[in-house]
Amino acid sequence: MSLDLALFYVFAVMALVSALGMVLNFRNTVASAMSLVVTMVSLAGIFLLLGAHLVAVIQIMVYGGAIVVLFLFVVMLLNLRRDDFSPGRQRALKAAAVLGGFVVLAEMLRMLPGNLPVAGILPDGYGTYAELGVALYTDYVLLVEMASLLLLGAIVGALILAKRKIQ
Amino acid sequence: MPVEVLIKTVFILLVVVGAFAPVVTWIERKQSAVMQDRIGANRADIAGITVLGLLHPLADVLKLLTKEDVVPAGANRVMHLIAPIIAAVPAVIAYAVIPFGGVYVFGADTISLVVADPDWGLLYIFAIGSIAAYGTIIAGWSSNNNWSLLGSLRASAQMISYEVTMGLSVVGVFMVFGTLSLQQMALAQDTTLRLFGFVEWIPGLYLPELLSRVTIPAWGFVYQPLGFVMFLTAIMAENKRPPFDMPEGESEIVAGFHTEYSGMRFGLFYMSEFIEVVVIAGLMATIFLGGWSIPWLSTRDIIDGVGSVFETGFATGLCLILQVVTFLVKVVAMIWVQMLLRWSLPRFRYDQVMDLCWKILLPLSIVNIFVTGGAILYFGAGR
Repeated sequence: MSLDLALFYVFAVMALVSALGMVLNFRNTVASAMSLVVTMVSLAGIFLLLGAHLVAVIQIMVYGGAIVVLFLFVVMLLNLRRDDFSPGRQRALKAAAVLGGFVVLAEMLRMLPGNLPVAGILPDGYGTYAELGVALYTDYVLLVEMASLLLLGAIVGALILAKRKIQ
Repeated sequence: MPVEVLIKTVFILLVVVGAFAPVVTWIERKQSAVMQDRIGANRADIAGITVLGLLHPLADVLKLLTKEDVVPAGANRVMHLIAPIIAAVPAVIAYAVIPFGGVYVFGADTISLVVADPDWGLLYIFAIGSIAAYGTIIAGWSSNNNWSLLGSLRASAQMISYEVTMGLSVVGVFMVFGTLSLQQMALAQDTTLRLFGFVEWIPGLYLPELLSRVTIPAWGFVYQPLGFVMFLTAIMAENKRPPFDMPEGESEIVAGFHTEYSGMRFGLFYMSEFIEVVVIAGLMATIFLGGWSIPWLSTRDIIDGVGSVFETGFATGLCLILQVVTFLVKVVAMIWVQMLLRWSLPRFRYDQVMDLCWKILLPLSIVNIFVTGGAILYFGAGR
């Protein structure tokens, strides 16, 4: 077994176990968030094995780092407990979660192909920051700008909501 | 070559974790003592020999190792025990991409003195840095102590904020050198610039022969002075040491996130902070101070100059040793600068830390990127 394959199995098992840990740790939100970090980091490892270096680093920096830290921030500030919700609301939440889970599962099963596609040969420089930067700022520049406008809108919206509460 | 990687790793661990980090704790004590007109650490001795207080780091570690390891009642035991490890590991592994010497050719072998040199090296440091925040956050949360929780809340806000400016403030450097690999950056700085070369850009002026011989090292600091200041500020704030020690804040929240830690688990937080000081020094030296390159004396000069008298192999070996020593000298200089700032600046208030990040450093770093881009467009890429 080659090193790449061995590493793939290590990261894949880590990703699956920590993803399960995230779902099953519903009593301890912080442990659940930390499992999410492990999932993100092991996914980054798999991206590295695929040669997508920039995506791997972004995965750790943005998802593993910033976003889950924000989750933790909110979890610690709110310190939610189970009995903060009324029993009726808890039942409704559970039903919604089960329904949503089934929809996602059905969709994934529908998209699953019968056999795995054969991996193609990657062109030179594939996945490097240089190639990705050129692609983003030439072919997809309009989409990048649209996404940044969307984010700007979200920031301004959040600011307006926060300001209204202060005054 | 696994053996080569192993040798480099052992060297890095010995120098950074084994030699520098303990000595930095001594430097901190001695330098603060000099700055405050005290004597400083001078009591720890072996048979009456104190060696300028250099035995204090040893005494510290012995004391920390023999202390009881307390987990407070009501704390989340597992999280409380793994938090110091999460804090210490990123600090130790960050040095993997920092070059401590150049690229040398010995006959058929080429040796690059860096443990790993991916072309996205600097991004690796940022990724490691974003994971390091969890050690602090988890430590505070799992301690079942309000002061700790407040400390970790501050830590998470501060570290997320400064990560943004830390990344943006070195974008100018990426643009100038056109690479993210730290070894490539150091190689690009192994040359000189004409100090008055800019005069030739002005139409109608020409440079006198004498002045055109005045050169300065082509360091990142020369291209990006503002980037240097901003990156140093942001990365020192990431390290959470004074004047950015919001998560600890002894006057407000006791010892912050590590209030409930004792023994060697506290020691791990303490050591990771000092290892980070060394990492920061190495990173600053590599990006802005030319890394291993000797000012006004490029690798080619040394090998050609010494090689004309002795063998090329000897010249290359001499060059290797000189450049590793140069790198270590620069690291020591940057450690000294950090200690100087730590002991001379008063502590920020929490809102001032946030204002500095979002209202001053962030706009400035974006302006810096635009100015650098404009300059590269006008003068052409590179010099």
